[in-house]
Amino acid sequence: MKLDSKVPGGPLEQKWDKYLDDLKLVSPANKRKFGIIVLGTGLAGGSASATLAELGYNVKSFCLQDTPRRAHSIAAQGGINAAKNYPGDGDNIWRLFYDTIKGGDFRAREANVYRLAQISNRIIDHCTAQGVPFAREYGGLLANRSFGGAQVSRTFYARGQTGQQLLLGCYSAMMRQVSAGHIEMLPRREILDVVIVDGCARGVVVRNLITGEIEKHAAHAVVMATGGYGNAYYLSTNGMNSNVSAAFKAYKKGALFANPCFVQIHPTCIPVHGTYQSKLTLMSESLRNDGRVWVPKNSGDKRSPNEIPESERDYYLETKYPAYGNLVPRDVASRNAKEQCDMGKGVGPTGLAVYLDFRDPIQRDGKDVIERKYGNLFDMYERIVGENPYETPMMIYPAVHYVMGGLWVDYNLMSTIPGLFVLGEANFSDHGANRLGASALMQGLADGYFVIPYTIGGYLAGTFLSEVNATHPAFEDTAQQAREKIQKLSALKGHRTVDDIHRELGHILWEHCGMARSEEGLLKAKELIPPLREEFWENAIVPGGPDDLNQTLERAGRVADFLEFAELMVEDAISRKESCGCHFNVGYQTEEHEALRQDDTSCYVSAWEYAGKGKSPVLHKEPLAFENVHLTQRSYK
Amino acid sequence: MSGAINLTLKIWRQKNAKEKGHLEVHNLENISTDMSFLEMLDVLNEGLTLEGKEPIAFDYDCREGICGACGAVVNGYAHGPRKGTTLCQLHMRHFHDGDTIVIEPFRARPFEIVKDLMIDRSAFDVIIQAGGYVSVNTGQAPEANSLPISEENSELAMDAAACIGCGACVAACPNASAMLFVGAKISHLTLLPQGKVEAGKRALSMLRKMDDLGFGKCANHTECEVQCPKEISITNIARLNREFIKASFGSSVR
Repeated sequence: MKLDSKVPGGPLEQKWDKYLDDLKLVSPANKRKFGIIVLGTGLAGGSASATLAELGYNVKSFCLQDTPRRAHSIAAQGGINAAKNYPGDGDNIWRLFYDTIKGGDFRAREANVYRLAQISNRIIDHCTAQGVPFAREYGGLLANRSFGGAQVSRTFYARGQTGQQLLLGCYSAMMRQVSAGHIEMLPRREILDVVIVDGCARGVVVRNLITGEIEKHAAHAVVMATGGYGNAYYLSTNGMNSNVSAAFKAYKKGALFANPCFVQIHPTCIPVHGTYQSKLTLMSESLRNDGRVWVPKNSGDKRSPNEIPESERDYYLETKYPAYGNLVPRDVASRNAKEQCDMGKGVGPTGLAVYLDFRDPIQRDGKDVIERKYGNLFDMYERIVGENPYETPMMIYPAVHYVMGGLWVDYNLMSTIPGLFVLGEANFSDHGANRLGASALMQGLADGYFVIPYTIGGYLAGTFLSEVNATHPAFEDTAQQAREKIQKLSALKGHRTVDDIHRELGHILWEHCGMARSEEGLLKAKELIPPLREEFWENAIVPGGPDDLNQTLERAGRVADFLEFAELMVEDAISRKESCGCHFNVGYQTEEHEALRQDDTSCYVSAWEYAGKGKSPVLHKEPLAFENVHLTQRSYK
Repeated sequence: MSGAINLTLKIWRQKNAKEKGHLEVHNLENISTDMSFLEMLDVLNEGLTLEGKEPIAFDYDCREGICGACGAVVNGYAHGPRKGTTLCQLHMRHFHDGDTIVIEPFRARPFEIVKDLMIDRSAFDVIIQAGGYVSVNTGQAPEANSLPISEENSELAMDAAACIGCGACVAACPNASAMLFVGAKISHLTLLPQGKVEAGKRALSMLRKMDDLGFGKCANHTECEVQCPKEISITNIARLNREFIKASFGSSVR
């Protein structure tokens, strides 16, 4: 298979505009003749559904939740980047492009990332027009803040709820189109499979979660915006229902999966309290601007933090990285926290946490200053942990947060299955090996509002698609397979709960395919996953039947896919013989323990092709050519 | 700090919308006080599953208090007794050893029970479809800073826009009114110049839709404000009433 990224020629700055000039169009009268299925209603899927419906297409929109407003984009806190340069601090499209490509450790496509930066400004215009209450200055103009190490202030925000407000913007635009009759909304549906007719994606098979009915839906194209797979690790900052199933089914149908081992682990989360922990909560990274990270010098020191004298505290980030101190990037901070805990210096009841201490900044600036800056975060911490962070140091630990990997897409955001488009976190396209803060919201909305509405038109206008509806045999075949799988799952009446098996899978991935990876550990994971999968199919318990609402059955289906997908992640991590961004292989590091890229041999996107049950997947490589930026090595000393 | 407590749960079981429900009693031992309320229910469900029984159905997703999926009436209060807290952010340290906890779904005629604690809140979507938006298509927007908005109004709009659509206000209201939910959306959009153009039409049509769907009238009990996990203020209801009266008397929209 030859991977054609379809990146247009010409200078970087002109590629997208020139491409739009030449793209085929669907006339307004013809748009209503096309049906488009959109899977997922987060920022990418919601914005795509609304915009495609506004253009006149017939949209069928599916989500897992009871209403599209609950997609997990809603939990994004920090903000959304754009190159508006309102503060006049020298930002521009080039800088946003460059920061994103460098932050991704040079493992993303130049043309896609440049387009993202170009579109960023129109997103802010549109969301403002929708009534998104972005923070403002006293003069009434939009406010910006700095974020994630960028040297300019380019982040727009709505308190600590930017994701929520942007998603409600998408949601209200969708509801407007529902009432206009252009969107048919189908909530509480699980995507079971993609239906392929004559080699093109022509529909989906879904399960109605209330009735258990297996439904068939046909269209001219399918847009998948089903989010990321961080929950493979069981514990993550993702919503608990986030899953890989739709993307994984597409992979099994012929869509290539790109960079599955690129998983971002966020350093400042509230630590795990016990076995029954169900999810992890992120605390804004901004805390590291003032808080000091430390552990006791002596391992096994069980005294309460305030009893440990200054001389017995190890401010390990400040010692190791004198220039950046507590502000080293996410991956470096995360890896170091794990290292301290592995040495037995971890704190808290589980020993899996480090302190983030505000004693010194409170003494320096006063409690009221710290409260103004971080009050809401301190409240959140106290609510969850039950300790007052003004008096006792916070405990933090890294957690799985975002995945850069996803289905491979070309410049049109189309996968290797014609007619299957993939947007947002579900695709791999813009963040390389590491995502910068406030860039996920930007990418989801760019894909949905400003890319897919054009590129899907080009596809529909330029492709002959025969009339196909859900009575086509391909739909019944796919539905039958899905039904058999559901039957098989609901027949599981063993002795171990689905969550318990999922927890074990998460543990394997966290230990061996997490922050620091080694050849040995990855091979170990590869050995441990298949028996666990076998155990699942023999010993899991799924109470109840398939014909009504059954949440265990829903979870079982997702875990079954994670158990297969996990192997692909590990396989990808083994194949990438370098360290880059979030993928840190201990065999490839500088003397200062920084990620050491191998640009000569590893400057590529890995794209995996499903080869059939029991066979090893086939690796294809899309070489990355950098014509406009110079590849450099990161250093934070 | 950490501890463990024993609890008796009286929890609502109902197979589906049509069948009759009942309270079922479960005893739980050794529940860590660091758990969230939903994690406590997870423990119960793991136990039920191992016994081959059907677990309790309840909605959840983000478990950080923002998606609005979860919610139940706990000891008579929507989302439990702690102020400004969703059920997923309510922790067991606020309960005592030996407590009996009564857990029921949000009850209101327009919210049909789907199963156990899970309800159908699609009526909220229908209300938003009646006008809870600014009619702007992608691509039509002017430059964002061409429209200055006072910081005060922007902040007030944000206060209202923080609603998570969980339905606690309706469950808390003796009349099952959705006025706080509708008031929050109307306020969010009316406080901003972008939303002013359609303000009259929006107020009339959202309020009428609310009535059509079977939600009750507001009688100023203010329970909605007390039990709202996002502490949305009832001044939003006052603003809604003002907009409704203004539109009813003063606008050409009917």
